[in-house]
Amino acid sequence: MELWSLLQDLLFDYTLRTVALGAAVLGIVSGSLGSFAVLRRQSLLGDAMSHAALPGIVIAFILTRSKFSLVLLLGALVAGWLATLLMTAIVRYTRVKQDSALGLVLSIFFGFGLVLLTYVQRIPDANQAGLNSYLFGQAAALLQRDVLAMAVLGSAALVLMGLFWKEFKLLSFDPVFGASLGFPMRLVDTLLTTTLVIAIVVGLQAVGVVLMSAMVVAPAAAARQWTDRLSIMVLLAALFGALAGVIGALISSSGSGLATGPTIVLVVSAIVTISIFLAPNRGLLWRWIVRRRNRRRLRVEAVLADLYTLATQHENRYHAHDAVVIRTMRAGQGGVAHTLDILQERGLVRKEDESRWALTPDGFREAQRITADMQE
Amino acid sequence: MEEKHAAIEVADLTVAYQEKPVLWDVDMYVPEGILMAIVGPNGAGKTTLIKAIMGLIQPAAGQISIYGKPFREQRGLVGYVPQRGSVDWDFPTNVLDVVMMGRYGRLGWIRRPGREEERLALEALEKVGMARYSERQISQLSGGQQQRVFLARALVQEAQIYFMDEPFQGVDATTERAIITLLKELSAANKTVVAVHHDLQTVPEYFDYVTLLNVRCIASGPVEQVFSEENLRATYGGRVAFLTAAGNGAEQVEPAATTAGHGAI
Repeated sequence: MELWSLLQDLLFDYTLRTVALGAAVLGIVSGSLGSFAVLRRQSLLGDAMSHAALPGIVIAFILTRSKFSLVLLLGALVAGWLATLLMTAIVRYTRVKQDSALGLVLSIFFGFGLVLLTYVQRIPDANQAGLNSYLFGQAAALLQRDVLAMAVLGSAALVLMGLFWKEFKLLSFDPVFGASLGFPMRLVDTLLTTTLVIAIVVGLQAVGVVLMSAMVVAPAAAARQWTDRLSIMVLLAALFGALAGVIGALISSSGSGLATGPTIVLVVSAIVTISIFLAPNRGLLWRWIVRRRNRRRLRVEAVLADLYTLATQHENRYHAHDAVVIRTMRAGQGGVAHTLDILQERGLVRKEDESRWALTPDGFREAQRITADMQE
Repeated sequence: MEEKHAAIEVADLTVAYQEKPVLWDVDMYVPEGILMAIVGPNGAGKTTLIKAIMGLIQPAAGQISIYGKPFREQRGLVGYVPQRGSVDWDFPTNVLDVVMMGRYGRLGWIRRPGREEERLALEALEKVGMARYSERQISQLSGGQQQRVFLARALVQEAQIYFMDEPFQGVDATTERAIITLLKELSAANKTVVAVHHDLQTVPEYFDYVTLLNVRCIASGPVEQVFSEENLRATYGGRVAFLTAAGNGAEQVEPAATTAGHGAI
């Protein structure tokens, strides 16, 4: 039993347990804070932040020669934050628009990070610090102290989110109204951005800078499909993030040799796909069914209304008419025979002979009601 | 009308976006308890004017006072109804939650809305005829219902002065009546309302005062005194084609906004 042994490993194997714990932490934090980014249409901001974190990591290593992930992640935090400030400044003080500013900052920071990374390979110890794994992530290399660092940073972000929940909601829904109430919305924005940077930094070691933004956007986008409440959306996004993180990290660490970041992203993509198709109300399948049902209802009502029109032209309201007559009235719309069968099943019409149909008393009343509705 | 307190006084207000003046040297006096319409062509700075008064836009020059004091000290006296189109109505929240946002200013940082806020929100929803919809997801509201939710949110601010940005924009007849009733009630309770308005025809019927704005303030005062053909022509340039000889009444200048949807789906 593959699954059984995996579960046993999860409970008793130190490495796997550490990896799963780390992946769960990163999924929870990026999923919940990603919800705000998605609702504010700032999905790409996460991408810029994570790419921009790379030079921060490398510089932190060059300066301290430390192998502790907490130190490197603090470097990432500073760089991601500076990148955001720079983007805001570019948009505010130049004529460069938001999307261009984002693209510029992302590529410049990331390019600079890659150059530094190549340079730093010559320094002894660089390999030991596992700098390369920050590109695509390597959950298998997570140590207990790394997970501890992630948990500390992640909790800080979640506590901030809990404290300023009301302010973050206001910022996401109606920032101008928020400003009119006297809240310094720029400060609230900075706070939320800071928590988002923290959320991203938490996942860098396991998922990598290249694909981290998927963990910000995908769980939140999937969660939005299932609920119409912000609190539930955040909880669901956290759950989806944790699920994708743990499954992806376990697949990649169980000797498959797959890079962790891409594996996690594949898992989360599956969750998104399922959500987009199957979620009630918003899901594609659901909407298709509703549309079909509506169309059929309209067709049934239309045929009934036609029979009613015919009936009112006769002295005997239950006089039968040929299906061909009804078909001519529904010019260009097929399915009359089928619709008549449906109506017969409901006892609203009755078949006089091979091709002639008439309203039943029930059908007459129903048709009267529908026609009255139509005229309203 | 005489001997009333000044609810709002605006002097020499100038606002510029990158060197281009949007409002230029605007003076405005709003007595307490009146309903004032701000009218003017597109790009006249109507929204900018109310935003500047509320400190949402930094003016280049000018003084603004609310009951004789700077806006910053009087923020609690002011309620705001932004344009309906300014937010994403697909946001995952319900009607009650949006209305309670009107209390956030009183609550201050961190504190969450509770029972009292909920009671006030339901009361306000009752006033705008939306009590039945308190649990409804906001994406399922019609345009008129969205507008009434925004009005309820402003009502729970328990303000003395209300700024409304196009409250009648694209609403159905029911909502229009509900808003008018509400405006009259506010005015009767000695509250002041300043609303950006588009439909010139209804100005004399709905409002006591009017400000004609086109970057500069063309005229501002009681409707019967300043809502004249001459002033309208000065405001809209040659674009007022259907002015009636009567002077007070004017046909609508821009194409009428059609009602957006009716009743919830």
